Amino acid sequence: MAERISQSDIEVIETESVSLWRKSFRRLLKNRTAVMGAILLVGIILISIFAPVVATHSPTEQSLRNQLRPPSSEHYFGTDDLGRDVFSRVVHGSRISLMVGVGVMALRGLIGITVGMLAGFIGGRTDHILMRISDAVISFPGILLALAIMAIWGAGLVNVIIALSVVGWPQFARLVRAEVLSLREREYVEAARGLGLSDVGIMIRHIFPNILPLIIVYASLTISAPIVSEAALSFLGLGIQPPDVSWGRMLSGAQRYMRVAWWMATIPGLAITVTVLSFNLLGDGLRDALDPRMN
Amino acid sequence: MFNYAVKRVLQLIPVLLLISILVFSLVYAIPGDPARMLAPPDASDEEIDRIAERLGLHRPLPVQYADWFVGVLQGDWGNSISWGRPVLPDLLRRLPATLQLAALSVLFSVGVAIPVGVLSATRQNSFIDSISRVASLLGLSMPNFWVGMMLILLFALHLRLLPASGRRGFEYLILPAITLGTSGMATIMRVTRSTMLEVIRQDYVRTARSKGLPERVVIYKHTLRNALIAVITVIGLQMGFRLGGTVVIERVFAYPGLGQLAYQGMMHRDTPMIMGNLMLFATMFCLINLVVDLIYAFVDPRIRYG
Repeated sequence: MAERISQSDIEVIETESVSLWRKSFRRLLKNRTAVMGAILLVGIILISIFAPVVATHSPTEQSLRNQLRPPSSEHYFGTDDLGRDVFSRVVHGSRISLMVGVGVMALRGLIGITVGMLAGFIGGRTDHILMRISDAVISFPGILLALAIMAIWGAGLVNVIIALSVVGWPQFARLVRAEVLSLREREYVEAARGLGLSDVGIMIRHIFPNILPLIIVYASLTISAPIVSEAALSFLGLGIQPPDVSWGRMLSGAQRYMRVAWWMATIPGLAITVTVLSFNLLGDGLRDALDPRMN
Repeated sequence: MFNYAVKRVLQLIPVLLLISILVFSLVYAIPGDPARMLAPPDASDEEIDRIAERLGLHRPLPVQYADWFVGVLQGDWGNSISWGRPVLPDLLRRLPATLQLAALSVLFSVGVAIPVGVLSATRQNSFIDSISRVASLLGLSMPNFWVGMMLILLFALHLRLLPASGRRGFEYLILPAITLGTSGMATIMRVTRSTMLEVIRQDYVRTARSKGLPERVVIYKHTLRNALIAVITVIGLQMGFRLGGTVVIERVFAYPGLGQLAYQGMMHRDTPMIMGNLMLFATMFCLINLVVDLIYAFVDPRIRYG
């Protein structure tokens, strides 16, 4: 039976999947909270791109005459202990947060999808070994393992992205593996095999497009985690290093001045919360739109 | 049940072995000079050579690993570089403080989340429901250490109700436990609400209602009990996050637990201390998962025999 399905049949299935994408998009637009999340997110992205224009001061310039000034029309969010403008620093800090979020998800995805597809498709011993390794990695509290890696490799943006990817790929791999296992036996995969497509070809042409919605939903639901983790690493002094501006690092500096300068402790945390919230709202909406099963 | 428990305990062995390999490789198998990692930061080249000689770092990696691992099993977790004394006793001395904090935070999460989740599900789309949904969304979006800072700002600095740091009595645990429990509370609230809504629509709940049982019995005996499995799963899944959270939160509240010890180890690149912390935290995580699985098997017989 499988042999009778021709290449053109497979193409029909694929054009149907395009309209599926369009349908999902329409569902997403009807979801008010998701649209709100998307608008917030676009705003944050624009702010980070145009940070030098949006910022009113230099994010790093110190002014000893302007230490710990409360919010005013000159300094919207006040100044910190070194007289730097908190508003401009928060604006510039969005760049690091988004870079870490996107960078970590890309790297986690790359490792997780590769491992998950190999484990799910090849099975047997390969599957067993890969899954045991991912079990072991999952057994460490993520932030602790990331801190240990940072302590040993040294702080900085690139190491933050690598460390947070190393601790987070197994969840991605497990998800992809489970999905591949259920797709492996479907008729269209058999058909493709019958048509003489290689394993790699089947994985790329037929399995990957089918797990893509799931990957998008998972990535959008979890992209805020590395943003919070980066803030935590930087808060502890093992993340982003100056002159790069990180919200977590700003909060760490604020601790000593909580009594006299509430704005230093409040504003960067609000910035993290709003960013994470916008991702969460959009992620929830994407999940409902793309994969009603996961609801 | 006994057979299942034995099987589940035996499954721990390979995972713990792999964990130890990962911890070991983190320090010894990465590019670079492990002797330099294990030496004080200001050590001279000769000192580093002496350390390499003393620790046998020229031997093949598997031999070094076996040597280290046998030591770990015998309770020799190495000496801290910063303090020059064995790591394990220090770790064990700090353990109770962290377990106390983690346990209290679970209590807080569950104690708030389940009643609110149930109310939210039984009065879907009411005012309480909206409030709890917004609260859980916020709880999931705020970084925990920032929640801690805000609690200190409000309750310790402004209202002067609770202490901001240290550990000299129960009141010192309240703010850190709330901080550590907030995001867990938000997730448990969500899961309680959604599984309750699912279970309420089941046939057996309709049967219970139609035979005239009081609503309280229907909700607590027929619905909540069946929704609890999902809630237990979530609590188990969160434990890793919760344990990791102690590292950051103990720092915010200057709380003298394992997390602070881990933090100090990291800041001084005290590798034996870092390795010890990683081993201990990962082992705790595995044991907690074991307990969660055993609770499952106890609650749901299908798992035991499956």
